[in-house]
Formats: sequence, structure tokens, C-alpha cells
Amino acid sequence: MTATALSLAAAIRSGQRSARETVDEALAAVAAGDGDINAFLTVLPDEARAAADAVDATVAAGNDPGPLAGVPVALKDNLCTRGAVTTCGSRILEGWRPPYDATVVEALRAAGAIALGKTNMDEFAMGSSTENSAFGPTRNPRHSGKVPGGSSGGSAAAVAAGFTPLGLGSDTGGSIRQPAALCGVVGMKPTYGRVSRYGLVAFASSLDQIGPFATTVEDAALLFDVLAGHDPCDSTSLPSLPEPTLTRVHDGVEGIRVGVCRDLVDGCAPDVVARVQEAADALAGAGAKVEDVSVPEFGYGLSAYYLIAPAEASSNLARYDGVRYGLRVDGDDAAAMNTATRTAGFGAEVKRRIMLGTYALSAGYYDAYYAQAQRVRTLVMRAFDRAYESFDVLLGATAPTTAFDLGAKVDDPMAMYMNDVCTIPSNLSGHPAVSVPFGTGADGLPVGVQVLAPALQEALLFRVARVVEVHAPTGASA
Amino acid sequence: MSEDPTGLRREDVVYVARLARLDLSDDEVELFTGQLRTVLDHAADVASLDLSHLEPSSHPIALENVLRPDEPRPSLDRDEVLAAAPLVEDHRFRVPRIGGEAP
Repeated sequence: MTATALSLAAAIRSGQRSARETVDEALAAVAAGDGDINAFLTVLPDEARAAADAVDATVAAGNDPGPLAGVPVALKDNLCTRGAVTTCGSRILEGWRPPYDATVVEALRAAGAIALGKTNMDEFAMGSSTENSAFGPTRNPRHSGKVPGGSSGGSAAAVAAGFTPLGLGSDTGGSIRQPAALCGVVGMKPTYGRVSRYGLVAFASSLDQIGPFATTVEDAALLFDVLAGHDPCDSTSLPSLPEPTLTRVHDGVEGIRVGVCRDLVDGCAPDVVARVQEAADALAGAGAKVEDVSVPEFGYGLSAYYLIAPAEASSNLARYDGVRYGLRVDGDDAAAMNTATRTAGFGAEVKRRIMLGTYALSAGYYDAYYAQAQRVRTLVMRAFDRAYESFDVLLGATAPTTAFDLGAKVDDPMAMYMNDVCTIPSNLSGHPAVSVPFGTGADGLPVGVQVLAPALQEALLFRVARVVEVHAPTGASA
Repeated sequence: MSEDPTGLRREDVVYVARLARLDLSDDEVELFTGQLRTVLDHAADVASLDLSHLEPSSHPIALENVLRPDEPRPSLDRDEVLAAAPLVEDHRFRVPRIGGEAP
């Protein structure tokens, strides 16, 4: 499926094509191509066809089917779908059917979108390659020997492979943007609180945020506008958007101050550095005021993140105790049952992070590790504030390299964590950021350029991203 | 792996695993001890900073207590919730005995 969501929805809304044929084409593409990629853990053909028929009936009756009418969407498998299996890529939730829909799933349905299926991910979103899934890795659609990135690798791959024009992921330390970069699609993390987390299975609650995958910046803005909004079911939810971002995507960058953040560029591979510089030059050519800026505090982000996120995860994942849902392995008493269940149900990376977090929170180490990491978070937030006194947006790489080989980093957690070094600062600060495909590396694989903006500045973020997209080297990563 | 600046010991890993209700084999204890040391070694860059002038941040935005009107509204369907449980008896979650209670 090569059409954009915008053009598909327009054709379906006007009756030029049906939602049913659109969904049937997407299902056929998955059936034909996903055996090699493993983007989907669960496909929902019956539900998708029924939803498509309902959209077509709405159009036939002369009513408004919504801005995403009939558009198939791939949902990361940590988004709750009522009655449809939701595993988080974990044995401990294998076969679990949630009793409710995530707020974003309801928002998609209300907009006429079709949930085509649930996508593969690193277990509980812990990973940067989708190799930590209990149900086998996803392969990069651009090169079958490479990882798609992670943790939302299944949704990124589904969009990159052309199975669906849109996907949803979650981004705790870069889990939307990094796989978007490695697969050559657009991936965006909204401002913390912009999109409801209700029904997103929690990993690190102060960092998690749901966001869109798309093939174009316009489509990402279209989907973001549907997702964003206040939700009384999420106590961290912000007020609704004052206006849609889509209408401003083409406003250009004349006079916009762009800071090329050296700390998010210079440590990257030479071909990645070169693409970021070309994107900066393109923005300057389009009328932006482009200058280098250094924010050395970002260098502490990785360490702070890998204390804060595991600490929150160790608390959030305490709920998997074999009592209310998911796996149970019997034991003589409740504690033995809890331990047997968690030991059998969690994979190695999840255990590692639970233990790291438990340690960072334990008596004697709390101040040295967890509280100190929270102070670094303050440091990073203040550094952002200072940078945004001089700049409207920042520019950097999304990931330090192009997609790496399957298996290359699975046995070296620290090497895997380094993939997140450019994306983590925006999670710590809660700011929005987007990865835009921009040419390829020396190996011919996609490179992503990252645009970062202050809190609530998604419209500006998409404007700048659109100009980057327009100037991306042609033919590459297509 | 005798000398290590983080001071993480095998016993710490065993202790933390017990707190987290995880049962590790000897090989896993060995593996995780080394891997967690590597991560904590990396974190030494922040552990050594003097940040006493900064307040810790738990969230990117200021959190406020949020209250809704105290009005009845539909909640999750009980049978649907219980259908996902590993073991149910008489509309309740059934669990093994807790601690040293008689069965």
C-alpha cells in the first residue's frame, strides 16, 4: 500500500474507493509479506473487515466517517484492545484479552480508522531492536539481515513495508523515533501529557508517550491531531489542542531559529553526521536561521535514563504476580507462586531492568542513584530551557548509526542502550520530537534526522520536519 | 571481577532478585552481576556530579491532584475482568495460601 493516509481517507470519504477494498488489500499484503518480516503478532481480519463495512455504510448514508475513514493502522501490542490479545511481547501476558480499549484506540475508531492488528515489540517496550520479543524478532523491511530498531519495531516495519499507511508506537526513551529512523519512516513523540496513556501498558510512567508512525510528515500530523486531546482517565493528561497541527504543516521555516545540537550529532557515525549537516543546510536554504549549539548536559541523559526508567519499571511490573491476569505458575504459597510466575514469564532484559531498578531504589542506594538521576533530569530540563532562549527548535541525529545486524548487540546491554543516546533527552524533559527520513548511510540504509521542539510546540515541530522531508535526497530510503 | 568501583556484589544481585520475586540460577546471577556493574559503571558519571543545588524532578510537567465529580458511571464488566484471571472461584480471584497459614 503506497498511498498516504490523507489520500486514502479522501478517496474513501468521497466514495471513490471503499474502506472494505482498502482493508482487504492491506490484509493481503500482510499475508503475502509478513512471514519474512514478523511485524504483526496478531492480525484482526474479521474485526477490520467489519469496521471497514461500517465506514462504507456511513459514507453511503451521507454521514461523516471521520478524518481517517477506512485507513488501516498497525497498533503496538502494548495498547489495550478490548477482547483482542495484547501481549506486550511477553510470555507473562500471552493470550491476555483486555477488558477495555485504550483511549487512543477509541480515538482511532471514532476517526474512522481501522485497527488492522497488533505489532511486535521488545518485551514491555524494553529494547532498541525488537529482538527482546518473546515471539521472535522483527526484520527490517529495507534489509532482512538488519534489526528494525525498537522497541516499536513492529509498527515501524509495518509502515515501512507498506502494510499500513499509519502505525502507533510508544516512546519511553526513543522507542518510536529510533525504529522510524532505522526503517526509513516518520516517527514522532508528542509532548508528555498530550496523548492519553490510558490503556497503554505502563513501562516508565513519567516517560512513556504514545505517538504516530507514517510515511509522510503530513500523515503523522493528521494522526497526531486525532490522538491528541484531554482524557479524564489519565491524570497526567493536558488540555486539548487549541488548533490542529495539520493545517500549519506547510507554513515553512522562514525566520525560524534552528540550533544544530552538536551533542546530538558529533558522536554519531560519519555518514549520519553528514546527513544531519545536509538537513541543516537545507533548512538554511529554506530561510531558517541555522547555528550550532552545544548542550553538554545532554551527555548525562543516558545514565539518568537508565536509572529512572528501570526504577519506574520495577514498580510498574510488580503487578505481574499471577493473580489477576496473564500467566500463573503454581507454587506452595502465594509468594512461591509469584516468584515462579515472574521467573517463567519475564525475559532476560525485563529481569535485568527490574533488578537494576530495584537496586537503584533500595535502601542505601536510593540517594546515590535514583535521587541523583532525578536531579540530572532537572539539569537536562534547565539546559533545554536555556537552549530555547536562543532557538525555536533543535536539530540532531535520531540514532548514532543506521540499522545494525540482527544479533549484534543482544548480549551487550550497554551497547544496546547507546542507541538511545540522541532520543533520551526529550523523554526526560517531556518535549516533543520527530524523526524524519533523510537519505541513506554508506550502507544504503535509511538515516533519520531528528527535530526537537519545546513543550506543546508540535505544530512548529511538524512545519520544520516537513521542510526537512521536502529536501531529503531523492530516491534514497524510498 | 574482584575490583569494581560500583561495589555491586553477587550477594546484592541475589538479594535484589528476591525483593523483585525473581528466582535466578547461579549462571544468571553471574551474568547479571557483570551486566549490572557495566550499567552502574556508566552511571558513575552522574553519581559523581555535585547537583545538591538542584531539586529532583519526578515528572516533566508539574503534577496536580485531579478530582472528578463524584457521580456514578459504568465500570469494567466483572465477568470480563475475571475471564482473564488464571484461577477464579465464586466470582473472586483464587490464590494459594499466603505465608504460613494453614491450608
